[in-house]
Amino acid sequence: MSLTRIRIFDILNYLLLALFVVICVYPFYYVLIYSISSPAKVAQGIFLLPAGLDFTTYKSILQLPYIVNSFFISAARTIVGTMLTILCCSLFSYLISKPEMALRKLVYRLLVVTLYINAGLIPWYITMKMLHLNNNFLLYVLPSAVSGYYVILMKTYIEQIPKALEESAMIDGAGYLTLFWKVIFPLCKPIVATVAIFAAVGQWNNWMDNYFLVQNQNLKTMQLILYEYLNSANALATMDAASITRNAQNVVLTPESIKMATTMLVALPILLVYPFLQRYFVKGIMLGAVKG
Amino acid sequence: MSSLTLAQSRRKNKKSGKKSWYLFGLAVPFIICMLLFSYFPVYGWIYAFFDYKPGIPLSMTPFVGLDNFKEFFDSSPDLINALINTLAMNFLNLLFSPLAIVFAIMVNEVGSGKYKKFVQTFSTLPNFISWVLVYSLAFAFFSSEGLINTLFGKLGFSWAVDPLAHEGITWFFQTMLTIWKTLGWNAIIYIAAIAGIDSELYDAARVDGANRLRTIWHITIPGVMPTFLVLTLLNISNMLASSFDQYFVFYNPLVAGKIEVLDYYVYRMGIIVGDYPYATAVGIFKTVVSVILLFSVNQLSKRLRGDSLI
Repeated sequence: MSLTRIRIFDILNYLLLALFVVICVYPFYYVLIYSISSPAKVAQGIFLLPAGLDFTTYKSILQLPYIVNSFFISAARTIVGTMLTILCCSLFSYLISKPEMALRKLVYRLLVVTLYINAGLIPWYITMKMLHLNNNFLLYVLPSAVSGYYVILMKTYIEQIPKALEESAMIDGAGYLTLFWKVIFPLCKPIVATVAIFAAVGQWNNWMDNYFLVQNQNLKTMQLILYEYLNSANALATMDAASITRNAQNVVLTPESIKMATTMLVALPILLVYPFLQRYFVKGIMLGAVKG
Repeated sequence: MSSLTLAQSRRKNKKSGKKSWYLFGLAVPFIICMLLFSYFPVYGWIYAFFDYKPGIPLSMTPFVGLDNFKEFFDSSPDLINALINTLAMNFLNLLFSPLAIVFAIMVNEVGSGKYKKFVQTFSTLPNFISWVLVYSLAFAFFSSEGLINTLFGKLGFSWAVDPLAHEGITWFFQTMLTIWKTLGWNAIIYIAAIAGIDSELYDAARVDGANRLRTIWHITIPGVMPTFLVLTLLNISNMLASSFDQYFVFYNPLVAGKIEVLDYYVYRMGIIVGDYPYATAVGIFKTVVSVILLFSVNQLSKRLRGDSLI
């Protein structure tokens, strides 16, 4: 009796979990098979397999100059932004972790308060304009360089490192900066990896700053291009489909297939690196977990 | 030689309590960065007290005191509507937040480590994509030519679903999307909490003849309750905040009445209409209420658990 009940529980549990996994993954799969299907055949509906394998949609949208450009802008903001965040947050947290730093308590308190205050959209918008960060690549990477959350996370980690390591290096003649670079930073690998992943995902996904403050076509990110595609009520996509079809004979593109392929391009970096980095994500949330 | 003096001076500093201005000097660029991007915008709050119009310098605009704040107490059904939408969707999210516990327990009950890892890997994936991508996926599924309606058509149904353009189910639909995106991720913290429960408790219960459901009910659930309480209190303190991107991307005229949250209202009044002072005032109201809520739930937590959240 009890054994069968346990079996039923297990089977149900496995099935329900599998169902949720399917719900989480299938949308990506669907967009993938849609984007590699032949645009002409796909209209009848596909569910599990692509209809007529066809990469012309990708070939065509990769010829659109602003798609390629926006991909590079997104990649650049992700790489530069992540490196800057790591550099600033780790050095700042190291300095704050030193008890002998002047005004340490004040600086730390100011940092903690940033977690709770939020000036709001309009003051942020005005400030960025005042600092002339609108239509400027620095807008993507400068404001996120020092993040209170990451600094506190790293400071907590650094404080766990035995003091003796630093002191012996100090006797060997290292200054604070050398100490940081040669001793502390290499020891911080797990937390640096975590913060790097969070920062990189955040940078890749962020587009609101772009939407509000950057009108320059050459600085548009991939995410914004996709949003514009989705929201232009097909106008942009129809135009592209028409122009591509005109340029290359025998190529038929639909606005839908362009949208799906663009979606795939935006999702691709996350989908590619995600399986390898997932364990760091999990570690990261554990490190940053609230007490309880 | 200088090495010794550095170490010595450091020790001397500690003893005499002398502070290192050198370290402070190294931190200055980061402090400036923090002040510039976190504190300086707060200075922008003064716009709420002026009759500011974009293009005219602030020094030439008249000071109006609290007029912009008074404005939203006596008028604006739009503001009330935005407030209701914000609270409604936050409340729905709160209502479904125990799902993460259920999910964590289900994952924890899986015997095979590989399957557990498989489930965790894929259930957390949606958390890492942007809301634009979620919107695109939702579009592919739920729009009139989307997968669901194509499927319905093939099966011979004459009706179609269109949650993207149907006001009546907007709150519910948005909540479902939030669950889809965050469930696996939110469960991680509970999985950690379950892992922290003393395994002797389970052994003892099994010796006493408790079956799986009973151990879940009497050990696992009480074990994750403190975590749940903390997260719920924090969510309550965030009641007026919302994931702006989410409602922004799903906003369209057909569902505007049910999806316009406070953040979107601020955006519309400020950036679209151009009424900076009023939008700033609403933003200040939002922040002040959030901070008050935060301190209140913190007090509550102190009283309930003898431990503060912040």
